[in-house]
Amino acid sequence: MSLTRDDVLDIARLARLAITPAEMPGLSDSLPKILTFVEQLSAAQTADVEPMAHPLDGQSQRLRSDTVSETDAHERYQQNAARVEASLYLVPKVIE
Amino acid sequence: MNMEWETVIGLEIHAQLATRSKIFSGSATAYGAEPNTQANLVDLGYPGVLPVLNREVVRMAVKFGLAVGATVAKRSVFARKNYFYPDLPKGYQISQYELPIVQLGKLEIVLDDGARKTVGITRAHLEEDAGKSLHENFQGYSGIDLNRAGTPLLEIVSEPDMRSAKEAVAYMKRIHTLVRYLEICDGNMQEGSFRCDANVSVRQKGQEKLGTRCEIKNLNSFRFIEKAINHEVARQIDVIEGGGKIRQETRLYDPDKDETRPLRSKEEANDYRYFPDPDLLPVIIEQSFIDQVRATLPELPDQKAARFVEQHGLSPYDAGTLSASREVGDYYEAVVAALGAAHAKLAANWVMGDLSASLNNDGLEISGSRIGAAGLAALLARIVDETISGKIAKEVFEAMWADGQSADAIIEARGLKQITDAGAIEKVIDEVIAANPKQLADYRAGRDKLFGFFVGQVMKVSGGKANPAQVNDLLKKKLQGQGSL
Amino acid sequence: MHTLTLAGISAGIKARRFSSVEVTQHFLGRIERLNPALNAFITVTADQALAQAAAADQVVAAGKGGPLTGVPIAHKDIFCTDGVLTTCASKMLSNFVSPYDATVVRKLKEAGVVMLGKTNMDEFAMGSSNETSWYGPVKNPWDLSRVPGGSSGGSAAAVAARIAPAATGTDTGGSIRQPAALTALTGIKPTYGRVSRYGMIAYASSLDQGGVLTLNAEDAALLLGAMSGFDERDSTSVDLAVPDYTATLNQPLKGIKVGILKEFFGKGLEATTESLVRDALEVYERLGATLVEVSLPNLPLSVPTYYVVAPAECSSNLSRFDGVRFGYSCAEPKDLLDLYTRSRGEGFGAEVKRRIMTGTYVLSAGYYDAYYIKAQKVRQLISDDFKRAFAQVDLLVGPTAPTTAFELGAKVDDPITMYLNDIYTIGANLAGLPAMSIPCGFVEGLPVGLQLIGPHFAEAKLLNAAHQYQQQTEWHRRIPAGYA
Repeated sequence: MSLTRDDVLDIARLARLAITPAEMPGLSDSLPKILTFVEQLSAAQTADVEPMAHPLDGQSQRLRSDTVSETDAHERYQQNAARVEASLYLVPKVIE
Repeated sequence: MNMEWETVIGLEIHAQLATRSKIFSGSATAYGAEPNTQANLVDLGYPGVLPVLNREVVRMAVKFGLAVGATVAKRSVFARKNYFYPDLPKGYQISQYELPIVQLGKLEIVLDDGARKTVGITRAHLEEDAGKSLHENFQGYSGIDLNRAGTPLLEIVSEPDMRSAKEAVAYMKRIHTLVRYLEICDGNMQEGSFRCDANVSVRQKGQEKLGTRCEIKNLNSFRFIEKAINHEVARQIDVIEGGGKIRQETRLYDPDKDETRPLRSKEEANDYRYFPDPDLLPVIIEQSFIDQVRATLPELPDQKAARFVEQHGLSPYDAGTLSASREVGDYYEAVVAALGAAHAKLAANWVMGDLSASLNNDGLEISGSRIGAAGLAALLARIVDETISGKIAKEVFEAMWADGQSADAIIEARGLKQITDAGAIEKVIDEVIAANPKQLADYRAGRDKLFGFFVGQVMKVSGGKANPAQVNDLLKKKLQGQGSL
Repeated sequence: MHTLTLAGISAGIKARRFSSVEVTQHFLGRIERLNPALNAFITVTADQALAQAAAADQVVAAGKGGPLTGVPIAHKDIFCTDGVLTTCASKMLSNFVSPYDATVVRKLKEAGVVMLGKTNMDEFAMGSSNETSWYGPVKNPWDLSRVPGGSSGGSAAAVAARIAPAATGTDTGGSIRQPAALTALTGIKPTYGRVSRYGMIAYASSLDQGGVLTLNAEDAALLLGAMSGFDERDSTSVDLAVPDYTATLNQPLKGIKVGILKEFFGKGLEATTESLVRDALEVYERLGATLVEVSLPNLPLSVPTYYVVAPAECSSNLSRFDGVRFGYSCAEPKDLLDLYTRSRGEGFGAEVKRRIMTGTYVLSAGYYDAYYIKAQKVRQLISDDFKRAFAQVDLLVGPTAPTTAFELGAKVDDPITMYLNDIYTIGANLAGLPAMSIPCGFVEGLPVGLQLIGPHFAEAKLLNAAHQYQQQTEWHRRIPAGYA
């Protein structure tokens, strides 16, 4: 398993992570090692096995009743935001 | 080159489900609230919060599934669709991917020429809506309002079964009618409660393989859909006939310029990295739940139309028109109920005629009609009992529409009551005949057509109030010289 | 006073030997004195703690309150606490004041518990040594040059140093049990779904579970009971009554079947650790247990399975940290992409980025089946192995960690070696099983942990077995030098 520098940058872009030049060698080295390490899974016999998404068997989604239980608290919630104007969260202009 | 092209269209319709609260949180879903006042911790994707599914959303999806004869999945699974966008707070949208709640349904559409066609529904799945970006007035920034984030959506995906923009519109209207019948979506297209993406491709007639498709995003009116598809088809044919190739891409319709243009090309291909959402368990639907929902299904448009034909003797066309909207159907039925089924045709003509025209003029929905079903029925009852003629009824209708008074009050106040007293009618006929000796002589000499002239004169002199049947009868006798002159 | 257990503090308050305010002041004083060398706390909530203590004293004075009224504890800084800084030990949340309480925090508040502060941890709970914290590493009170384990390293160090009588923790792959083992504490991770995850900042949602680190099994029973139970805000929380875990602590163990996990005694396990674990097994035999060797053939695949599943979930869970609504936001973003990539690139540390990228990769088109689906299938095999084992035995027993606490910095450059610290603990998370660690001896002054694993919802049996062992042994009473 090996990843080129471009592979690493592609993954970083998909994950929206800026990678500094200083971080690059560490990631180029460790990511292939981790992927190689997990590849030992391919040896397991899993032909008729269902993938397990939840740790408890036979559970099903509970449904809540359709009632409005929340009240407006945007001023409080927006105290944690870096950029707010007119009760809107601001982001650099979205162009379509 | 002279090739015959075939258009292939599939639609993805997004219907906002008409719940009180959001799909995964207890926030309100009301439209038009102040920015971010209906966006709470779960909707904002705050650290640590978790989704819990709204029962009503499941019930509505099942209702839709049953109405289109689909399979309701006993087990469906929510997955995460991962991508970064400012209107998507968690960086993923909770949707259904491999196991949607509704699978394999179908819907019959009626085309303009009366032909019928069945469109396949591949699937309908539940997901959460995103927020909105506002672009004005923030100096290089966009403002994000997350009130809409987490509003439940039912995404209804059709097979690529439609062959023209008109078919696509007919299908979308049919779905629009259906979701309103089912009371699972308010269908308000201006507010974005009902919108659609169209997948459009062209291929040579007779060719089996589908052409490369383009997706046109966010079409929110029936007119735009038709125009956007027609434009896109023409564009694709131009490209191919010019020796080019269609690129699979997402395009946006610009109604001002009547053209589609590609969305700013994403810097990378989308890789949504779908995987089952570990915060939500599989949705298990018991047969008893499905049976309960089935028991609440209203009469559907086709069933209603068939009943109008059978019970009211309407033509299939009229029945189809009156059942196209649940509200119109209900209005019409209320009029018939008051008037008696024997007069259903009269009721149908008025609902589709004068009422519909007046609503259109004033830009009103039937729910906002200035004349209620009872009011219209009272007016039509006066035609039935011959108090007024159909012609006078139109005048009364206009007056009712204008000032909201009852038919009887207007008839009384304006003295529009029909004259049925034979003596009074004879008196008018005598006046008219006396005033037109030349026409009388000509008539008697064999110019039968002058009969119409005399009827017109009598109606004019009586102010339109003379009973037309009696006028005919008496006039005929008098002109032939029977009775006193 | 600081060497008392929770039960001891509770009894003292109830008997008016001391007030909650006095106990709280005592621990706050110790934190002030001893924490700088340990770095166990990120935030100390002294004012709030004293106010809660004063309120608790009034409740007690009125003759009301329960067993936890007025008892101080610390919360791992992964639990959201209303109005209090909640960092997850990340620069990303270094400015984040939570506007709400996690369900665990709320339940304990309602039980009258006093919060001393928020403990240090590995960043977003990703680590096994507490060295990935943006707030710096935590030191092990048994040897300040060594790690306390992770990710609940701050909670472990705080309780081991008796600067907090107990603490909450979370365990995704061993993050309660491994630090408990490395600091001579009792730590329990209950069955998945037993404790609400609402307000517990998610790392890997299908593996995360809250629990406690305490001085003994009795305290664990007391505290776990108060924070467990169904929560309508967590779809994965289980609607099952919580038994009184303290009521069954003294049941005799005669006749129970204890499975010795063959796969836990292979290479990689230090001989000295193995010998202490074997001694502990003898104690169980003396208590009347039957020992049976059992094999879980797929268990050796648990670490690679975990390092697909956990990064995959984490890559998605951490997408919400984008610099827009909360948390770190980069200065002067030049466009949207720049806002995202720099806020995240600057806000997350190296290990978090590594796991996000691993997870992004294993979920991406073309790799999903080979990595993610494959791992989910192996997870099923491991879970089935456990099911077969629990058809034969009541409990499984083995070591918690392969070695005693290692030197700070010893493994930071090699992620695989670091990941293998959790080789014995990860299986229980994959299968959603309750598991705990209790001290079973010391090697050259460093603690060794014994791990007990039970079938789903067997917390009471685990705590009973741990308590019975602790009636026979003194390891859990040892206090690191300088902290007595």
